[in-house]
Amino acid sequence: MNNCLIKGGRVIDPARNLDEVADVWILDGRIKAVEPNLSPPSDPFLIEAHNQWVCPGLIDIHVHLREPGQEYKEDLESGLTAAVAGGFTAVLAMPNTSPPLDQAPLIAGLRAKAQSLPGARLYLAAAMTRGRLGQELTEYQDLRLAGAKAVTDDGSWVSDSQVMRRVLDYAKVCSLPALSHAQDPLLSKGGAIYEGRMSTRLGLPGIPAQAEEIAVFRDIALVELTGNPVHICHLSTAKAVNLIRAAKAKGLPVTAETAPHYLFLTDEAVGDYDSRAKMNPPLGTIEDQKALREGLLDGTITIIASDHAPHSSLEKEVEFIEAAFGIIGLETSLPLILELTREINLTPSLLVELMSRNPAKLLGLPGGTLTPGGPADITVIDPELEFVYEAAKGYSKSRNTPFEGRKFKGRAVLTLVEGEIRYRYPTLAS
Amino acid sequence: MYSENLAWPKDLIDLDGLSAAHLNAILDAADAFREVSEREIKKVPTLRGKLVVLFFHENSTRTRLSFEIAAKRLSADTLAIASSGSSMAKGETLLDTAKNIEAMAPDALVIRHAAAGAPSFLAKRLRCPVLNAGDGAHAHPTQALLDLLTIRRHKAQIAGLKVAIIGDIAHSRVARSNMIGLKTLGAKIAVAGPPSMMARGLAEEYGAAVFHRPEPALEGADVVIMLRIQLERQSGQLFPGAREYARVYGLNKTRLALAKPEALILHPGPVNQGVEMTPEVYQCPQSLILEQVTNGVAARMALLYLLVDNPEKPKGLSL
Ligand SMILES: [Zn+2]
Repeated sequence: MNNCLIKGGRVIDPARNLDEVADVWILDGRIKAVEPNLSPPSDPFLIEAHNQWVCPGLIDIHVHLREPGQEYKEDLESGLTAAVAGGFTAVLAMPNTSPPLDQAPLIAGLRAKAQSLPGARLYLAAAMTRGRLGQELTEYQDLRLAGAKAVTDDGSWVSDSQVMRRVLDYAKVCSLPALSHAQDPLLSKGGAIYEGRMSTRLGLPGIPAQAEEIAVFRDIALVELTGNPVHICHLSTAKAVNLIRAAKAKGLPVTAETAPHYLFLTDEAVGDYDSRAKMNPPLGTIEDQKALREGLLDGTITIIASDHAPHSSLEKEVEFIEAAFGIIGLETSLPLILELTREINLTPSLLVELMSRNPAKLLGLPGGTLTPGGPADITVIDPELEFVYEAAKGYSKSRNTPFEGRKFKGRAVLTLVEGEIRYRYPTLAS
Repeated sequence: MYSENLAWPKDLIDLDGLSAAHLNAILDAADAFREVSEREIKKVPTLRGKLVVLFFHENSTRTRLSFEIAAKRLSADTLAIASSGSSMAKGETLLDTAKNIEAMAPDALVIRHAAAGAPSFLAKRLRCPVLNAGDGAHAHPTQALLDLLTIRRHKAQIAGLKVAIIGDIAHSRVARSNMIGLKTLGAKIAVAGPPSMMARGLAEEYGAAVFHRPEPALEGADVVIMLRIQLERQSGQLFPGAREYARVYGLNKTRLALAKPEALILHPGPVNQGVEMTPEVYQCPQSLILEQVTNGVAARMALLYLLVDNPEKPKGLSL
């Protein structure tokens, strides 16, 4: 029986409009009560959280865990462990594995395996189309019954508008959110970085911002046509932020996420052909970065997800044009957003909305709040704890990050899944 | 030979790290080496016992030969690694190549590579100086230096000259390195080509005036650099075809008349005669395309001399 009291922390639960010092009592894996100065009858295990934030468990809805097929980059165990170390109690893994997750047994098999693993909860997105080829729909009902929480062809856009129209229709029928990697594949074909001064300077083929804009525009048009929702993954440009804002103003059911790296880096990070800054969509300009930050503050972008994309040196320590897209992010996502709370008017409560409440709402997951009766998925954050990030000391199998060596202030120090301590920052006294 | 003691970078990846003083010092040294090329015995002992590895991952007989002659005239040993026939063809990675080259302990590496950034990738992993002989659409600094040398030998000074660069700017390493060098030395740059062959931010990045027709770029130009068109790869995509390109952008007598009467004509070669320029223009006295080849050897000698570890260097040039 698990009986535990997190004492004296700043409890931040925007779902209940709560931001005050209180105790959180956990009993049998559930939240029993959240009130100041609780004194439960039976002698609970005490966790002192003075000067720390006690939040509903963070949820990262865009990670690549590489299993099955590329376990040398990451697997469920390493990925889910990195997740809890970064403060995430649950993740949504993308289906662009090999083979891609386009059939129910694949989903069921991974879920079964994750049951016995120690890290974060694993949720899975299934492929939107067979083989992720953008042509024929997968069996959404079957996939949902096997446990899929969303459909997406992430990594590719479903560029056939007729197919995407059917996807949105059918996903709605099966109550699965449709997540779109919005990028025109022909306009971005062959591109390595954002098309701008940096691509000119380095002589690299560019990906124009319009590749995202065109795709987002088309997706929104199909939402208007079908009346069904779409969620846009990893928004990276000012142009796309404007489109989402306008669509929301019209009342269309469009949501969007962005990734921490777009909020902190620009194409300048590529520097002297540093493939650790090569990602897709590519890092844009400072104007893009500003627009994304504004988008978070005005509610245009409601979710932050890491797009954790592990690659080994085999894919990264090569000619820049040959290098794989993507960076790891599970262990830097929260520290970066904590940094943002000090840079712009992003309140701790908004952070919890962006990284816990809204992700849970989008996917219909338990959690996202500390409401009594709900699962005790809890992230305790020390906003003042300073540390230097070293990927080699992290839990991911891969080290492809442009944030290597960055000095951070603030991180998760305790991660509980269903009331069980799944991660504790080493220096934290018990 | 040089009035000041300049600090030299380890590698020559592009011209962007070099000041006007550096560029002039290279050109001064190249002028001196041109004189060596005109001697009865065209060889100096400067790099005797040094090994210069020539790694050409992309075919380029002209540039490879030019570097090879330059190294040999400095008495260095050369070793050529070509992409076909070597382990490169068997799927060796660039990282493997770097390790193997390091094991050979060369005194300099000259690299030509199809991928932009490959020379700086190697430069970060090798102790010896790396000289970029052209990487993708990124940089071709020795070509730019030989162009600057050619211009300087015919004009009193480069500062203030109007230089027109016409052709595929977006995919041209020659154009990029030239723009950097010309900007550093104070020339006015005008580029022209179809919009599909223009990169973004040329004005901001290089101070270039950008035109989509050749005429305004040619007007009053002191120097005209025509770029090579990749007929095989680009026809039908970036421009409708060779004939159409020649009509709109090719350098003929009529267009050349827009430039200053004594304007110099340069081309990195090989020229598609009848496309980039008419045979008549190619053969006219202002065309310095063959002199560029001669100057190429001198410029590369100068670079090897300046960058390869050499105890004589601090004393200045003694040929
Ligand atoms: Zn994606």
